[in-house]
Formats: sequence, C-alpha cells, structure tokens
Amino acid sequence: MAEFTESLFSIFFIETLMNGLLLGGILALLSIGLNLIFGVIDVVWICYAEIIMVGMYLIFYLNNDLGFHIIPSMIAGILFSGLVGWLTHKIVISRLIDAAPINQLIATGGLLFFFQGAAMIVFGIEFRNMGMSLGSLALSEDIYLSWTRLLSFAISGVIVVGLYFFLSKSYLGAAIRAISQDKEIMSLMGVDTKKLYLLTSAIGGALAGLAACLLVLQYDVHPFIGLSFGPITFIICVMGGLGNMVGGFVAAFIFSELITIGGYFAEIEWGYVLAFVFFIVMMFIRPEGLFARKS
Amino acid sequence: MLDVSSLNAGYGSFQALFDININVNAGEAVAVIGPNGAGKTTLMRAISGLIPVNDGKIHMEGTDVIRTPSHDIVKLGIAHVPEHRRLFPRMSVEDNLRMGAFSPQFRANFQNRLNFVYSLFPKMQERRNQYAGTMSGGEQQMCAIGRALMSDPKILLMDEPSAGLAPVIVQQVFELIKKIKNEGLTVLIVEQNVKQVLKVVDRAYIIEAGSLKMEGTSAELLNSKEVQKAYLGM
Amino acid sequence: MNNKYFIGCLAVILCLLPLFGVQGYPLHIIITILIWSFAYTGWSIMGRFGLVSLGHGAFMAMGGYITALLWNYLGMSPWLGIPIALVITGILAIIVAYPCFKFRIVGHYFALVTLALSEVVRQVIIATRDYTGGSLGYTPEPHGEGWSIYAIQFPDDRIVFLYIAIFTWLVGIIIWKIIDGSMSRYALEAISEDEDASSAIGVKVTNEKLKITVLSAIMTAFAGALYCQYQMFISPDTIGGVGISLQIVFAVVVGGIYSSLGPTVGAVITLILAEMLRISIGTATVNLTESLTINAAGFPLFIYGIMLVGFIIFLPKGIVGGLSDLLSKKEDKSFNIKSSNVK
Repeated sequence: MAEFTESLFSIFFIETLMNGLLLGGILALLSIGLNLIFGVIDVVWICYAEIIMVGMYLIFYLNNDLGFHIIPSMIAGILFSGLVGWLTHKIVISRLIDAAPINQLIATGGLLFFFQGAAMIVFGIEFRNMGMSLGSLALSEDIYLSWTRLLSFAISGVIVVGLYFFLSKSYLGAAIRAISQDKEIMSLMGVDTKKLYLLTSAIGGALAGLAACLLVLQYDVHPFIGLSFGPITFIICVMGGLGNMVGGFVAAFIFSELITIGGYFAEIEWGYVLAFVFFIVMMFIRPEGLFARKS
Repeated sequence: MLDVSSLNAGYGSFQALFDININVNAGEAVAVIGPNGAGKTTLMRAISGLIPVNDGKIHMEGTDVIRTPSHDIVKLGIAHVPEHRRLFPRMSVEDNLRMGAFSPQFRANFQNRLNFVYSLFPKMQERRNQYAGTMSGGEQQMCAIGRALMSDPKILLMDEPSAGLAPVIVQQVFELIKKIKNEGLTVLIVEQNVKQVLKVVDRAYIIEAGSLKMEGTSAELLNSKEVQKAYLGM
Repeated sequence: MNNKYFIGCLAVILCLLPLFGVQGYPLHIIITILIWSFAYTGWSIMGRFGLVSLGHGAFMAMGGYITALLWNYLGMSPWLGIPIALVITGILAIIVAYPCFKFRIVGHYFALVTLALSEVVRQVIIATRDYTGGSLGYTPEPHGEGWSIYAIQFPDDRIVFLYIAIFTWLVGIIIWKIIDGSMSRYALEAISEDEDASSAIGVKVTNEKLKITVLSAIMTAFAGALYCQYQMFISPDTIGGVGISLQIVFAVVVGGIYSSLGPTVGAVITLILAEMLRISIGTATVNLTESLTINAAGFPLFIYGIMLVGFIIFLPKGIVGGLSDLLSKKEDKSFNIKSSNVK
C-alpha cells in the first residue's frame, strides 16, 4: 500500500498523467470526425479508423517512396481522406440512408474489410514506419514529453476550436447543426440535404486524414492498426454522447487518462481493459452517454 | 402569382388531393380552410416540394414549381412556415432566423432582414440568444414566421398557424398576420380556425376530403349559410 | 430447402464422404466449414431478432482459451473444461447483457457495447501473455501420441473430427429450428417490433432477450472450444477480436439470416471463396516499388468487404433469403434486418 501511494506521487506518474493528456488530444481528434458524421447523418462509420489507416499509408508512400516533402504529403493525405469520406457516403451510405441503423453499421463493417484488404494488397503486411522523430521536450530532469505528441495535442486543440467557431458562426456550420435537429424541413431553408451530407462526409474524412498526419509520425502503419484505435474511438464517442462533440472531447481525455494510468500500474493492455470496462459500466449508469443531449 | 391547377397528390398509394385549383394574386391574403385530414397540409407540402406530385401543375410567376428541386423553391420567393412551427430547438432564435436566409442569395441582405424581423417582433430581439425550443408556443410561432420572412419572400405559406396555441395567443398570431399582410406581403394560409382566419384574408377556398368544395371572398363565405352551419357553429 | 428431409440427406452425405475417398485437405475444409457454421448459427439466433452483436469474437475466444488453459495448467480434461468454459461464457454474457436489456440499450448502442466486450476479452488475453501467449497464440499440450479421448485430441485423424463436426453442426441446426418453432420466437419478434407493447401484453422482455443471448454465447463458445481442439492452435485474432466478430456477421448476412441453413451457406461461401482465391491467385507477393506490392493475401478480405457492402445494400436477406424470395416472387424489395427499437 505504501508503495502504491509512493508511486502515485512519483514523478513518473506525473509524466504518465501528462502523456495521458497528450494522448487525449489525439483521441479527441479521432472522435470529432466520427461525432460530426453521426451528429449530422446519424450513421456510425465502423470503418473510420480504417480511413485513417489508408491516409497514413498514402502519406507514407508519398514521403517514403516518391520522396515528397512531408508537408505536401500530409496535405495530400488530408485531401485524399476527404475524398474517401465523400465516396463512402456517395457510394455506400446514401443507398442505405433509410435502412435500419444496423444495416448501415454492417455496411461500414464491410468497408472495414475492404480497406484492410486493399491496404494489404497494395502494401503488404509489414509494419511501415516513417522513421521520423522530433525528439522530446524535457520539462524537468525526469519528465520527457515527446514533441510529436505535443504537436498532436496542439493541433487537436486548434482543430477543435476551429471547428467550434465554424459550427457556431458560419452559415454552413449552422446548417450542419440544424440538420441533426430537423432534417425534414431543411429544404424549406434552401438546403440541399444530399449535398450537405456529402460535405459533412468529406469533412469527416478530412479530419481522419488530419489524424493520419499526426499518427503517422508516431506509430507504425500496417493494415490492421485500425483495430487498435477504432473500437476505442467509438467507445469515446458513445460515452460522450453520440453526436456530441464537446462530450466526445471530454470523454477522450477521461479515456486517455484511464489508459495511461492503467498502463502505468500494469501492462498497457490492462489500461485498455480498464477503459473498456469503465465504458461498459458507464453504459449501464447512463446509457445515453455522459453528456448526451436528448434527441 | 401562385397558380395551382388540377393538382393530384398524396402519400404513396394514398391520394390526399384531387384536382385542386387555387390561385393567389400578388398582395392578396388567401386561406384554404377545411376540417382535419382534408388535405390542407398536403397542399402546402406539395407546393414546397416536400411530397411528390402525381399530376397537375404548380406555377409561381410562371415558373414551374414541380420541376424545381425542393431546396430551390425558397429561391423562387416561396417561404413556408411549417405546421407545428418546426424550429430548430437547440439553436438560438437568431440562428434559426439565420437559417431562413441560408441560401447565398439571401445572405447579403441578412442584417437588413434581421432588423426588419426584430422590428416586427421585438420579443424575438429580446430572446435572440435563447434556445428556440425553450420558448412558449406563441413565441415559437413568431420565430417561425420571422424565419420564413428572412428570405424576403414574395409569398408566405402558413400551415395552421393557430395549431396547438391558446386562444389568446391565437388572437395575437392573427394580428401579426394582419400586420404582415398590411406590409404588402402575399399570404396563403391553411387553417382550421375558420372564424379567425376569415377576418384576416381576402379570399378563401374550402377543401373537404381532398376536393375543393367552395370558394369566395371572406365576406361571401362568412355570410354563407352552409359555411355558417358547417364551420361557424351557427 | 430448409426442410428436415434435405438437411437429413445432407448430413448422411457428409457422413459418407470418407467412404468416397474424401480425405486430407478437402476434409479439413469441410470440418472447418461445419465448425464455423455452428458458430455462425449461434450468432444468427440472436441476430435474426434484431439483437445484432458485434462482439461474438469474445465468446468464441473464451470458449477456446478457457478450455485450453484449464487443460494446460490444471490438467483438466476438456470433457470437464468445455462445460466450465461454457458456463463462464454464459455468466459473462449475462453480466453484460442483463444491464443492457434492463436499461433498454438496443440497436447500434448495443452493437457498440458488444464491440467493446470483444475488445476487452482480446486485450485481457494479450495482457495475460505470460499465461496465454498473448498475440503469438496458444497451443493445448498434446496428450501423448495419437488419439486421446480423454483430451479430445485426434491429431492426424480427421475422420473422428468429421463426425464430431457433423454432429455439432446438426445440433446447431436443430437448436435453430427449435427456437424457430417456439413461443420465444414469437415473443422475440414482438419485442423486436415494439418492446413496450410486448411488455404490456405480458412478454417478459428482459428474460426472453437474456435467454437467447446466453444460448447464442454458449453456442459460439462451444465452437471456439471445438476449433481449439481441432486446430490445436488459437490466437486472439484467429478466434476473437473485432475481425472475427465482423466475419461472423458477414457470413450470416451473406448466407441468409432468416433461415436455418443461411449461416451454413455463409460459412461455405466464406471458406470456399478464401480457398478459391488462394488457389487461383496464391499468396504470393509481387514487389512493385519500395513499398508497393501486389500481395495476394489481401484479396479475400478485399472481396469480403465488397461482398458485404453489396449484399447489405442489394440483398440484405442473404443468398438463401434472396433465393427464396425469387422462388416465391415476393415484391418487397426494401428490407431491413430488424433492429429492436432503434434509438
């Protein structure tokens, strides 16, 4: 017990907490796109993490094989992912827009296989790494925070703030908020619902592309990495209330702390177990999610 | 201005409107009255493109409305205040009004129209930042009408503006409609509250079970024995 | 196509296969199809009533791992180990499903909870890598050489497993048919249409849902245990995880969720397709540039993906359902896999 309390106040625990925050930034970014799409279109893209994976591969390929500088590669990655999002809606979701949600879920499950298969065909199953490292920021003698994580956290913050202003101050943002509240009368406002859905899907895809930019700097890419952060992303969104971006944002940090703290005391997998079990328990206490609004 | 001829429309295999002929001239206030389920709301929805039309014509100043995609109809100058208001509940009053002027061609005029609507409905200015869903029925009706006015429409379609409102509020709503009419706006109202609406409009049509039964000026209808018996409880 | 006569004939033909000289690899394929069919059938008795779980990988993994662990660490024969695994899996199913049903978590929220469950189990397996071998996989200890009825291990001899598999498969179909003809079926269909109304007329909603969930979980777990004893190797991603969970859904959707043989058809399609691709395209990798390849191993997944999307859009009742619609010339083209009171 004494050891436990000791470890709580150790500098490494503090470092862990801070790393948890940084991880939270990334998870928050992942959840924003998913929440946006669900909030507007009312569909859960089970394959969202796979779209990120595909973006990561593109950035890797452009930078590693074709030798493009990392910045244009990333921009290409974002645009490409936006296109993938657009196509996902155009080809698949739009045909299922009136189908039962479970059919939509299953369809995106099919897309999950599709993206994994495509990645495997084109890039094989080896782990690919960008081989980039930005080093660490030494906050003190014992606390080191990786620069890539700090960068990710900062960018996530910027995106969230940017998205907040976009949604609250612009016409398009107002339309995106409105359509989730009353889809039927949107045409009376002069809004082409189909186009808005496509736009939202493209934005969701682009946000996935942005996440890909940040992740590709820190992690190896291979066809199945989606399975490692996909489920956690859904769970975060559900916890925050599906469609609630602020809720998702907060839930991301709760989860990231659970994961890193769990990983501090035991293997990292126990951190995930803790987070998932927390989620399941929370579903029973508050099924709509911590911050859900009644829809 | 608005011409509906030989309109047949409905929901799938259920036909709700049979051979409807209605005209609204510029500057007029016209009502379509009838009992529940007569097809009044269906008519509004058909004009706004919310439901498909089986047969017939709808023209707005010569433009074929039926061929126009539903989200472009507001650009023709037709603004629709839906039944039950249908505000965006978790958006502020001002955001709701903003949505009324969503189409790019209306955005330039947004501030002017906003000032106009606030001058017409000072209470809305008071509550500009309040969530629309938290307002009373009467206030919501004001907001819904204001939202429709944001696009500076040529004709305002109003679907049962008195529905679900207390009698005192209903009075106020019809005063508002009178006010709007006096500003020169063309109005087409669909209503169950025959007495009140006939006081405000120039002409009216009576629909029963999807077919036109009568038409005339409000004076004619108010004096008609049939109307008095069926709708005015005399 | 679903009548008992047809199924009986099929079973007989399967039993006679060794006599026709079917052995070795083709026999292995058939056994694998039969075992997976049982798993898929187990999922479908829930799925058909709108209780779509994306977490059945959890149950399958538990069935396999618990049996293997009890054998390896406690020397407990699978005759005892498998029932214990089933009981534990059943209990877990109750622990997770009961609150779900009590608090009316349905539709895609329920699906996501099951997804989380699948992940929990997978992560636990990896976290306890010192005992379970983690991602690298796990093997039950061979009990001596050759046959062992005590350990339910029949290495090198497929025929015994063929009959075990046929029997299991048949039991699965029988369970499906029993459910299909029972009062529970009507109760669950009513529940999937309208929970409140069902409750109002006296249907014990939570009970019925719980019963079918536990049965489904236990069947899938048994398939996992059987798979373990047959393959003599399990790993978190071949027997559990999101991939397996989705594979189960895929097979049933493609095969047909509303018929007793639908899941079996799905198993046939899934496995035969993988085999055909393997034979025709192989698993070779052609290196194009530094990173680009044409890796044939990715084709099955790729095609599964296209198929699943295609089927759910154009043929949601699956092959069996679509075929029977065609034969009875049904008009209803728009169709949704029922989802209980979707939120």
